Amino acid sequence: MRALQALSLVLGVALAAPALTVPALAATEAPKPPSLSWSFDGVFGTFDRAAAQRGFQVYKEVCSACHSMNLVAYRNLRDLGFNEAEVKAIAASVEVTDKLPNDQGEMFQRPGLPSDKFKAPFANEKAAAAANSGKAPPDLSLMAKARPHGPDYIHGLMIGYEEPPADVKLTAGQSYNKYFPGHIIAMAPPLAEDAVSYTDGTKATVDQMASDVAHFLMWAAEPKMEERKRIGFQAILFLIVATGVFYAVKRKVWADLH
Amino acid sequence: MALQLQNPILKWIEYRLPVFSTIDHMVGSGYPTPKNLNYLWNFGSLAGIVLVVQIVTGIVLAMHYTPHTSLAFDSVEHIMRDVNYGWLMRYLHANGASMFFVVVYIHIFRGLYYGSYKTPRELLWFIGIIILLAMMATAFMGYVLPWGQMSFWGATVITNLFSAFPFIGDPIVTWLWGGFAVDNPTLNRFFSLHFLLPFVIVGLVMLHLLALHQHGSNNPLGVEKKGPQDTIPFHPYYTVKDLFGLGVFLIFFAYWVFFNPNYLGHPDNYIPANPLVTPAHIVPEWYFLPFYAILRAVPDKLGGVLLMFGAILILFLLPWLDTSRVKSSRFRPIYKQFYWVFVLACIGLLWAGGQPPEGLPLYLSRVCTVYYFAHFLVVMPLVGWFERPRPLPASISEPVLGGGKLPAGAAARGTH
Ligand code: HEC
Ligand code: HEM
Repeated sequence: MRALQALSLVLGVALAAPALTVPALAATEAPKPPSLSWSFDGVFGTFDRAAAQRGFQVYKEVCSACHSMNLVAYRNLRDLGFNEAEVKAIAASVEVTDKLPNDQGEMFQRPGLPSDKFKAPFANEKAAAAANSGKAPPDLSLMAKARPHGPDYIHGLMIGYEEPPADVKLTAGQSYNKYFPGHIIAMAPPLAEDAVSYTDGTKATVDQMASDVAHFLMWAAEPKMEERKRIGFQAILFLIVATGVFYAVKRKVWADLH
Repeated sequence: MALQLQNPILKWIEYRLPVFSTIDHMVGSGYPTPKNLNYLWNFGSLAGIVLVVQIVTGIVLAMHYTPHTSLAFDSVEHIMRDVNYGWLMRYLHANGASMFFVVVYIHIFRGLYYGSYKTPRELLWFIGIIILLAMMATAFMGYVLPWGQMSFWGATVITNLFSAFPFIGDPIVTWLWGGFAVDNPTLNRFFSLHFLLPFVIVGLVMLHLLALHQHGSNNPLGVEKKGPQDTIPFHPYYTVKDLFGLGVFLIFFAYWVFFNPNYLGHPDNYIPANPLVTPAHIVPEWYFLPFYAILRAVPDKLGGVLLMFGAILILFLLPWLDTSRVKSSRFRPIYKQFYWVFVLACIGLLWAGGQPPEGLPLYLSRVCTVYYFAHFLVVMPLVGWFERPRPLPASISEPVLGGGKLPAGAAARGTH
């Protein structure tokens, strides 16, 4: 009996000890980006339309030079509060090659339509890599879900550029970023003070643009989030009531046994 | 108890095709059930319900999903973005798989604690293990379907395990892949089998129930029911109790689906599969982590593979490895403590499986692996022999009606 208690104690300690050292282990990779408080956090969280629209502006004017967003269509921008005419105008600002040939059998160019997906900056991944010192800029549609700490990470990445430590040698096209795993990144710092001039008058600091574009990318990755949380709240409320009723019925049915 | 049908149409059918009596025999509402089942007995019916949820959501997903390496990832995103309530179907299905394992693991640990694998329920237990294996195969192949980075690399790592077998290893891997790498033929056959296996599970569940109803449920006392005073009809007593349990479970399920749908998954699976880029850490879904830890605890590849499969297959030997004649751990003061050590070892393996195999996690996975097997191969037989169980109640109603006083005569060593 004694031996047994000792055994469970040993196992318990053996289990608990490494749990305490986990953060230390993880720290060798990249520091955790600062965690911001987002309007989309929590049970009732929603996207901040103004922030997401500003983020779209940053994407359109800066990031879209290198990054595609193949899963998002111009029509989806209506969710962010752009009206029909604005969406049409945004779509029409690009020239796209239609998916099907014309009656002469030739591929042809036309202005973008709301039903088109965002126009990609490069024809294919090879072209994208060739233009960016060998590293293709990844598609951003799902970026906010494809990295640990999603939007915090994107914000962190934008503000995380710094001078490399003395022992790190960078080659052409490389930069040093505190939050990028491995730190050496093939993306030059994309944002500089006033890189965009916000139509709503917000001051375009790097930090502001970084959180706006992260906000926009979170929406792009999870466009159904608001609907999901709304339905979820109703569903759970219903389930709590139903479960309460079931419990009462259970008590009543079982009462005659006790 | 024969089924009494009132409805003339049902009677007409039953006279010609005895479907209703067959169903009644299998999930019969009137079947006498021990009156003392606790809430751990809810998990069987919960597992059945989650299986139905998986099949219904899976069929809807399959209507919109495309099993081709160049289209699969985008078709899942099409479901998430453009299909009406597609996001709901996918999040229910992906989190439903996790819920299935939560429920089934609790169901299995319940069986371990109360000795439900012992006579006369050995075959019932065996069918359960086969269901677990089929579930694992199904979930593994399902995780490959969205064709993200973890899908691809998980499939590569796990199928590659078979190459550990001498001579036949490499041909087996090529055969599984349908080529010389995980590629379109692999994705296609995984989709086909992922669609098929859940229906095989349905068949196994029917056998499981058939075996269950032969001798009825075990119960927390581990003493077989002796007469009508020990039992109550399943309906309405356990139907309402199961319904209440279902409500609680659905709240838990809904939390994940609606408020944390990607927590149990891996961010890398939102990156399209790329055979040229290996992720930093390849980890399977959480429900495979204990077995993954056992695999990596062994320095030798073949040894690891054998031990990993052995960890499940050893469950087939329990009816013989457990030498005690008392079923329920409630009356087994020594074994009960080992049981909790075993639970702790499993939790240790679960944690270690998610860490890089070095340093403390590796050491821990080795300690826990040794205990995992020692528990079954050494502890169970020996404790069964040497332990002096506490006195058993004479019958199920005894402790319920008798105010907890146990007759000394009904002591130790033997329920029969
Ligand atoms: C000049 C081209 C260029 C511009 C402009 C650009 N990027 Fe990048 N970006 C890259 C390249 C190249 C990479 C790949 C870096 C690597 O893997 O080393 C990258 C990678 C990234 C990543 C992924 C990092 C990771 O964890 O793998 C994110 C997120 C990102 N960029 C966001 C942005 C955002 C937001 C903007 C606009 C504010 C932007 N980028 C503008 C070229 C660019
Ligand atoms: C035993 C029951 C089942 C289990 C445990 C299971 C498990 C899984 C898992 C883990 C995934 C990956 C989810 C993700 O990460 O996206 C998946 C995907 C999928 N499953 Fe199932 N599944 C089951 C039954 C079914 C059935 C019966 C069907 C079809 C009839 C089905 C069709 C699909 C499809 C089409 C996908 C790909 C879409 C997606 O990834 O979301 N599943 N399944």
